[in-house]
This record gives sequence, structure tokens and C-alpha cells, in this order.
Amino acid sequence: MKKIITPLSVETVEILKAGDEVLLSGEVFTLRDRTHALIYDLIKRGKKPPFNFKGAVVFYAGPVFAPDRQTVVAIGPTTSKRMDIFTPSFLKLGVRGMIGKGPRGDKVIEAIKENKAVYFAAPGGVAAFLSRFIKKADLISYPDLGPEAVYRLEIEDFPLVVAIDSDGQSIFSQWGKPHLTEENS
Amino acid sequence: MAREIKAEAIVEKIFQLILKASFELRRDVLNAILLAAERETGLARKNLEIIADNAYFAYERKKPLCQDTGVVEVFLEIGQGVILPSEPLKDLVEKAVKMAFKEGALRASVVNDPLFERKNTGDSCPAVVDCELVPGERLRVLVMLKGAGSENTSFLRMLSPAVGIRGLKEVILKRLYERIPYACPPVIIGVAVGGTFDTVARAAKKTLFEPVGRRNSSLGLGRLEEEILNEVNSWGIGPQALGGKTTALAVHFRALPSHIASLPMAVCLSCHSLRTAEAEF
Repeated sequence: MKKIITPLSVETVEILKAGDEVLLSGEVFTLRDRTHALIYDLIKRGKKPPFNFKGAVVFYAGPVFAPDRQTVVAIGPTTSKRMDIFTPSFLKLGVRGMIGKGPRGDKVIEAIKENKAVYFAAPGGVAAFLSRFIKKADLISYPDLGPEAVYRLEIEDFPLVVAIDSDGQSIFSQWGKPHLTEENS
Repeated sequence: MAREIKAEAIVEKIFQLILKASFELRRDVLNAILLAAERETGLARKNLEIIADNAYFAYERKKPLCQDTGVVEVFLEIGQGVILPSEPLKDLVEKAVKMAFKEGALRASVVNDPLFERKNTGDSCPAVVDCELVPGERLRVLVMLKGAGSENTSFLRMLSPAVGIRGLKEVILKRLYERIPYACPPVIIGVAVGGTFDTVARAAKKTLFEPVGRRNSSLGLGRLEEEILNEVNSWGIGPQALGGKTTALAVHFRALPSHIASLPMAVCLSCHSLRTAEAEF
């Protein structure tokens, strides 16, 4: 079990290999479908993203807050594939780590290799369990989006698995194939 | 003799069912997870143990099992001898949804318009209300909270009857192989064949209310369930798609009468966090 801290350096990322279990601490930023699109638009127009991308770790998640609007009661990864079209540009601008669930497309794997980044898988559908590792949450931008807004989270020993490492090795590529006849394969 | 059911009773019951579904993992699902954990080792076992741990923790602390409490779907099976209140049923359901999402601090995940505005409605409404008239004097209420992760991986095909049973099975397996990794495995797979374009999807979804692992009483369909389950679990996708023997917990198959020229087929996937609850008046 490797303990690592954000922001991530190239050196830290390079020691991580697909299949490694990791405990991540520090700050991460939540991003989902809408905020990817909005920030992508900002970047295209030459503007700054709402947080420092350099070495940043983004978490594909929309947290649930207690009525105090401070305490995270439930959080978990959403399906990462939906962010794939935006990911290469974000990695190019310095984002070094992503937390989500499920496999990524080939273009994302290429971009991970090129930019020496890493993709972590967090366990999905266990939001109460994962809320234990969130120490603090602050709204950063797009408050109108509710759970889709950008939040800065302080996490401590958040349990992750390295799903795609900086060499492009993927934990998702080792499955058997279905037994199909020719017309369906 | 007709039986009257009061509006307040319906609202209160649906309110309770939404919170129960959100906080308490179904016992049959938890049992299947615990059994599967015993057969796994390493990361696969750990991931299943985390799911069980999450279930106990969510139950004790009244926290949502999954942050995505989805679109609330309420299936009402209304006995024809029941007298319902005069208020629109949709209003009663949505009153319960608003109360439950506030009380339980559940995540509002519904947007008003799918294409242009996509503004969060803030209270998880509108809900989906499905009514079916059935004989008798009972009202059965089934509530499902379904997250987008697994809903997005569900699929429907209008097949030709010429594909036969083997062809049908292969079409299903091919798509399951592509989609399960995104659906928070281990999944529960609801399959329906026959019916029409609309009824087949609904039938597939409603199989998710049935006890996990119960075989269809038809030997033919029961065997198909077993064959698909075994094949899916041979791929090694595993819990959270991080490898292992447990990729699906159950396959539930339903067949409906259909047109002479049709073979509609729908597969509704649920993540391991299958959140349903039901009650009867």
C-alpha cells in the first residue's frame, strides 16, 4: 500500500503501477460532465481554469452534503468514460491525476502516457464508506450546478487502485472474451 | 366492496420506502455479496467486503448507500377494487419524493430539460410514476432509485425472430461484455424478451424487484439465466471491474407474448447497490 500526497509530481506518478493500491491525501477537485464542458470552453477562449491545474488531481464525483452544506455524507466516483473527450486537453494543461470508475478510451490512455499522468479507480456505489475519508469540502465555482459544481475536497488516506499508469498499462485490459459465433463477434 | 386508501397514507408510505431503499441494502443482495466474498481473494474480495461494510455503515448512520440516488421510479399496482384519493397520484408521489430527499439529504440529480437548459430541479422531481391496474382490493407500491451509471448501460434491441435462442443469447452477451465494466459490477441483470418496444423495457426493469438469484420457474428461461450468469462470471471483469470471479450476482429473465414478426429484447442492468423497496396496502 503506497501513501501519496497531492499535488502529484512526475516522479510520484512514475512509481505507480497498474494494480497498485494507494492511499491518497491532500486536495482534489470534483469535476463532472457540465464542468468539464464549461472549463473546456474557458480554456479555448484563453481564460484560466477555476483552480490550478498543475499537478492537480480531479475526482469525477458529485458529493452529497448534510443540511449544514459543509459535511460530505456521501461521495463516490461517476463513470469516467463520459469525460474522455475533454481529458487529453486537461492533461496537457497540467492535470496529473484522475479519480473515477470504469475503463477509459484509447485516446485517454495515449494522453496519460504522453503527459505522465495516472488514472485511479475508486470503488463505486459505496458512498457512505468513502465519505469517511473526506475531511473538508469547499465550493470553488459554478454554485448553480448543485452537485455538479466544482468542489475542493481535502481527503485523507482515500483508498484507490491505480487503474491506468503513466506507461499506459491498464488493469482493465486483462479480461477474457465472450464465446460468440462468427455472425455476432 | 371497495377499499379506500387515504392520500396521507400513500405519501407517508412512499416517503418511508424512498429512505429505506436509499439507506438499507436489500438483504438478498447483501447475502449474495457476502457469499461471493468467500469465493474471492485479494482485491476482488476486498472490494466485496467494502460493499458489505458500506451497507452496514449506511444503515447505522442513515447515509445513502450511493451518492447517486437517481431518478425515483414508483410502480403502483392498483387493485381495481381500491378507491384512490382524488388528488393526482403524481402529486402524491412527488410530495413524498420532496419530503424524503429533504429529510434524507439525498442528492438532487434531475434536470428539467435534457437538451437545452439542463437545469437541476433541486428536489429530484419530476419522478416517474407507473400505474398498472390489477384485480383485487390491494395497492402495491414498488419504489426504485436507480443511478445513471447502470441505467446508461441498459439496452433495447428489436431483433428478428430468426436469430433464435442462441443468437439472442449472443447479442445479449456481446453487449453485456462491453457495458458491465461501466455499471459498477457486480451487477444484477434484468432481461425481458417479447412484448412490444415499450413493454419489454418496463418488464426488464421490473425483474430487478425480484429476489436476487431466484430462478425463473420455466426450465428453459431458468437455464438461460444460468448460462448467461456463468458466461458473464467467466470473463474476470470482477467487482468494480478491477478483476475477479464475481461480475454478476444474478440474471432474471422474463418472456412476454409478442407479435408474429417481432422479438423485442431489453436488458436493464443494476449496479450492486440495487435500491428498491416495496409495500402493500
